Amino acid sequence: MGKTLAEKLWDSHVVHSAAGEPDLLFIDMHLIHEVTSPQAFEGLRLAGRPVHRPDLTLATEDHNTPTDYTLPLAGTASIKDDVSRMQIETLRKNCAEFGVRLYPMGDAEQGIVHVIGPQLGITQPGMTIVCGDSHTSTHGAFGALAFGIGTSQVEHVLATQTLPMDRPKTMAVTVNGELPEGVTPKDVILAVIAKTGTGGGQGYMVEYRGSTFEQMSMEGRMTVCNMSIEWGARAGMIAPDETTFDYLKGRDHAPKGAEWDAAVEYWTSLRTDDGAEFDAEVTLDASTLTPFVTWGTNPGQGAPLGATVPDPSDFADESDRVAAEKALAYMGLQAGTPLRDIKVDTVFVGSCTNGRIEDLRAAAKIIDGRKVADGVRMLVVPGSVRVRKQAEQEGLDAIFTAAGAEWRQAGCSMCLGMNPDQLAPGERSASTSNRNFEGRQGKGGRTHLVSPLVAAATAVSGHLASPADL
Amino acid sequence: MDKFTVHTGTAVPLRRSNVDTDQIIPAVYLKRVTRTGFEDGLFNAWRTNEPDFVLNQPQYQGATILVAGPDFGTGSSREHAVWALMDYGFKAVISPRFADIFRGNSLKAGLLTVVLDEKVVQRLWDDIEQDPSTEVTVDLLERQVRWSGEVHGFELDDYTRWRLLEGLDDIGLTLRHADEVEAYEASRKPWLPRIAV
Repeated sequence: MGKTLAEKLWDSHVVHSAAGEPDLLFIDMHLIHEVTSPQAFEGLRLAGRPVHRPDLTLATEDHNTPTDYTLPLAGTASIKDDVSRMQIETLRKNCAEFGVRLYPMGDAEQGIVHVIGPQLGITQPGMTIVCGDSHTSTHGAFGALAFGIGTSQVEHVLATQTLPMDRPKTMAVTVNGELPEGVTPKDVILAVIAKTGTGGGQGYMVEYRGSTFEQMSMEGRMTVCNMSIEWGARAGMIAPDETTFDYLKGRDHAPKGAEWDAAVEYWTSLRTDDGAEFDAEVTLDASTLTPFVTWGTNPGQGAPLGATVPDPSDFADESDRVAAEKALAYMGLQAGTPLRDIKVDTVFVGSCTNGRIEDLRAAAKIIDGRKVADGVRMLVVPGSVRVRKQAEQEGLDAIFTAAGAEWRQAGCSMCLGMNPDQLAPGERSASTSNRNFEGRQGKGGRTHLVSPLVAAATAVSGHLASPADL
Repeated sequence: MDKFTVHTGTAVPLRRSNVDTDQIIPAVYLKRVTRTGFEDGLFNAWRTNEPDFVLNQPQYQGATILVAGPDFGTGSSREHAVWALMDYGFKAVISPRFADIFRGNSLKAGLLTVVLDEKVVQRLWDDIEQDPSTEVTVDLLERQVRWSGEVHGFELDDYTRWRLLEGLDDIGLTLRHADEVEAYEASRKPWLPRIAV
């Protein structure tokens, strides 16, 4: 029997294996940010341990960074919140003490941890990549095994460059066919989550397969893999192909010369063998998909944009019904309201889900020549300084600002309420981010997860909308 | 991590069940960037709002064993709960039943969590309250708790017991495979990315 891609990636990283014990996996790259690393470094210090492989470790600042500062920037004076500033300053001190490379705020390579890895060519097929952040699954888009870890595990990887782990099961999500006009990778993954529920992937390494994913750009694949954790999956991945190789070629850390050829030959072998079996399978037909938005307070509570807010009493499952009632109360929504009638105060384009150049281009194309609706605030936040500079070279910033949107510095921004970009209580957003939990974008804030296209159309019309509605 | 073999000390009777990790250490302490110094957060709400709370009573100062009611450590998975107990000076916690995640966290960090029958815990509470200077011994070698002539065995799997006796945390365990890690490192693909420091 053949092996799945996930099994190949796992098996090629096992350092030690014994019955009754978890496998010991080697970690090819450990990404670090300011929120989940302080106690890990402190643990090393207390035990007198060094970082085993600083050359396989890279740090950046993203969760706490404000996005309204002016470059160039020195120090941390622009960070007003004491805890945020302390976390950033602690990361800088730890990286200096332990010899870890850091891209701080103001650096040309700074950005959201899951945006900078791929753009530097650090994220490559066949690797294991971890980070103290649940959206590490993003890197699986390259055919890597990538997953989020807790602070104790961060310390473990720093000290040993390995991680003891029990092997998850495997699942295939197969989507075939061409995406209809206006339907994006974000809509695909939101539809998958709505179908499986937020716990459907629990305990699985998921491989996204089929022609729909094969036709996607790397940016689109990253959006899909990014949200694997939102349906509980341990990791999400897509087999590497010509699209992957084209994206990687020439990037800073990509192999060069003869090594490139050897790498491509190896990477080409990283696909699920014919006859390999998955422990579970889910299938979707791309042609049936439409723009998708969430109406509730978890990413599984979503529906096609053309639908209405569901009636909780229509849910057969008791706990789904209770959850829907609670969600509608929090979201301030009435059952039966057309989703298109929902007015928003804020539109956020950015995050590790949809903060890459292709996302900004897609939103700019809709915004171009139009105006953000009265009373709506639109934030456009590039995922990294590189994305920001490229967008500015292409004139995207001018398009956004001419329409009345705010063009910001790189960071996690309004994806999570850890920095100044937040919703006020009761405010409603259309957001290209990944979580619509209660209070996620600020205490009392109400979040509708959407694609960049829907975000842009919503900004123009003032209520949830797709470009076709304009 | 320190080795745990046999520990003798005085004990605190915490006659409460379902003590969740939010009670052990409130969320506000999670914003810190340190790994030590969480003792001031331990049971902070109870110590602040209840003058009679056991940890506020002078006769229990310096105790190193916490004797709690059933379902100790439920709720959030925060590792800070274990750190706070250890920072305060506790070496062992005895309870009729622990929440799974808390128990896992405690045994990984070197805080010995001992399960004793509820009736035995009741007797231990009575004895400590009658004489707070009662010396309680938690013996991991023999897997026994002893005080005032009472002897009670407890269960702990061989693997975990061995780790605690040897003082091996997860990292310590992995470092025993350092030669295998080194061999693996030598076999990695030459083109894999490396960060210039």
